[in-house]
Amino acid sequence: MNDFLIFDGISKSFGNHKVLDNISLAVKKGEIFSFLGPSGCGKTTLLRICAGFEEPDSGRVILNGVDITKLSPNRRQVNTVFQNYALFPNLNVFENIAFGLRISGVKESLLKEEVSKFLELIQLTDHAAKMPDKLSGGQKQRVAIARALINKPNVLLLDEPLAALDLKLRQRMLVDLDNIHDEVGITFLYVTHDQSEAMSLSDNIAVINEGIVEQVGTPPQIYEAPRTSFVAAFIGDTNFFEGDVIEVDEPYSKLHIDGFTDVLVYNDKNIKNGDKVYISIRPEKFTLSIEKPELSEKYNFVKGKVEEIIYLGYHTKYWVRVNEFLVETKRLHDRYMLDEKMITWGDEIWLSWHADYCYMLEQYNYEDEALLTLPDEEIMAELESEAADEE
Amino acid sequence: MQNNTRRKNEILLTLPSMGWLVIFFVIPTILVIAMAFRNSDPYGGIGDQWTFDTIRDLRNPNYPSIIWRTLWLSVVSTIICIVTAIPASYYISRISKKFQDIILLLIIVPFWINFLIRIFAWKVFLHPEGLFKQVLVALHIASPDTLLLYNPEAVLVVIVYSYLPFALLPIYAAAEKFDFHLMEAAYDLGANRFQAFMRVYIPGIRMGLLTAIIVVFIPALGSYVIPDIVGGPSSEMIGNKIAQRTFIDRNLPHASALSALLTFAVLLPAAIALTRKFFKEKNSTSIGI
Repeated sequence: MNDFLIFDGISKSFGNHKVLDNISLAVKKGEIFSFLGPSGCGKTTLLRICAGFEEPDSGRVILNGVDITKLSPNRRQVNTVFQNYALFPNLNVFENIAFGLRISGVKESLLKEEVSKFLELIQLTDHAAKMPDKLSGGQKQRVAIARALINKPNVLLLDEPLAALDLKLRQRMLVDLDNIHDEVGITFLYVTHDQSEAMSLSDNIAVINEGIVEQVGTPPQIYEAPRTSFVAAFIGDTNFFEGDVIEVDEPYSKLHIDGFTDVLVYNDKNIKNGDKVYISIRPEKFTLSIEKPELSEKYNFVKGKVEEIIYLGYHTKYWVRVNEFLVETKRLHDRYMLDEKMITWGDEIWLSWHADYCYMLEQYNYEDEALLTLPDEEIMAELESEAADEE
Repeated sequence: MQNNTRRKNEILLTLPSMGWLVIFFVIPTILVIAMAFRNSDPYGGIGDQWTFDTIRDLRNPNYPSIIWRTLWLSVVSTIICIVTAIPASYYISRISKKFQDIILLLIIVPFWINFLIRIFAWKVFLHPEGLFKQVLVALHIASPDTLLLYNPEAVLVVIVYSYLPFALLPIYAAAEKFDFHLMEAAYDLGANRFQAFMRVYIPGIRMGLLTAIIVVFIPALGSYVIPDIVGGPSSEMIGNKIAQRTFIDRNLPHASALSALLTFAVLLPAAIALTRKFFKEKNSTSIGI
């Protein structure tokens, strides 16, 4: 068994509200494991249970073979990087980092040596005497990480550590975090609602929604092979289709999707003729062309009309109308070749995609369709963010 | 330029309160101190000569014990107020906003009753025929001839009663702004409840503590009504002596000398604290680790 940290059947309610429902997860030693989910999904509560700030109603937390469920926070070999950093405002950078060592009564000479080492790790040696309120957001973040790491925890818990930083800084801190992880080799438990953070940093991700683990897997597994409609819609964009199985075969089966087309689908599920199945196709998997392309029979084709275009610089989003379906597609550049006609509103175009790119979902929930981006929503969001910027 | 107008506005806005303080606080204080160097005239007025005799008169053999009593009563009552207010503020700031408001209201409600009447109520309460005494006797905790009133302990109890809200409010105000995530951070880093409380909570509310100490200690030092009503001749404080010299002996210079003594007793520690803080700040910029 190399499962290092185990959540075994954790349930937790606040009043009548069930926040966590029988959650079981296993984290391996030394990996970065992310809890990814929308706000209010229970991921932070699960982290707080691991830190010892909350006690689960039922279930156990096992760290390194020891049941720590009832252990108070100060006796656990885990340390937390808080979302708002929670640096002690009355202590300078040095003393903040030294806090844990002072509590455990480490000798002054050893303490100085250790703190200097960690100041070096986070590249803030010159700022040792500064008070927290004189630091930038990124610096505070690094102090919070050093303060937690200096206690040599078995697991480092990070609660939305980058949420308070701006986009550019967030990307830099992601790299820094990854480097620090490589250096110290401690197991990281990372809570975030930001899929790109989780994707770029994690070895494994647990997607959590409404107190339930929807899927556990590596970032590519989660993205390419989502188990449920929630995972497919929450991580990246996607298109959902409901179809009836008309032909079962290996490795590809055929679905009839009413009002769309018959679609050849990669078959990794146990299906039979007449079954109703749901598939997810990611927008970037579609190829767009004016003429119907010459491709093998493993490709699917459908003709549609471009209804909405959103130019986003390095890529452009097209929403293509096929009967009642509005299909979201993505294209990396506005045009691939100079002699190619640019696609514009109202164009009749062909969508083509390989059967491998249709992924059958195990579970489908209609409510998750609300997570899909629609063109007008996107425009609204853009207008809102512009208005917010002006304020 | 803009900075200049801002500075001007700042001065303009501070002027009224400055003026008020100078006219009604600084000048009277200076007058009182000056009066301590005048002789008294037998008609209760102020003499027209400068003299050190009034100051010398302070070597009254009764004074050291009164000054000592004033000091220990003030210090002990301040300590009791602060030590009671710290855990209270912690719990008040942790409960729901609705209950916080109710408790704050309950703390403030007694102020709607006149101060003198409240102190008098204590006299009734502690009186040999009073309810509290009767209950104690009935429970065989006190013997019928124990005197709860007219001693320094009674004065202490009533000072604590009177000034506890003044300690509670600034400490609560600081606690309410305190970020309780810091406590979690401290637990997380291995601190037990006591360590977290001492190393994180107390420093976190230190400005409130400082305010509380000042607003309790200074009025306690100048207490006059409380020892006058619930204390007896054996629990006089300096305030009573000042009143006695003013109203009974009609010796204003002597009363002024006592007042000046009290003023310096308050100002001296404050001045020391301020200079120390000033030097500390000057040094802290150059402290390297």
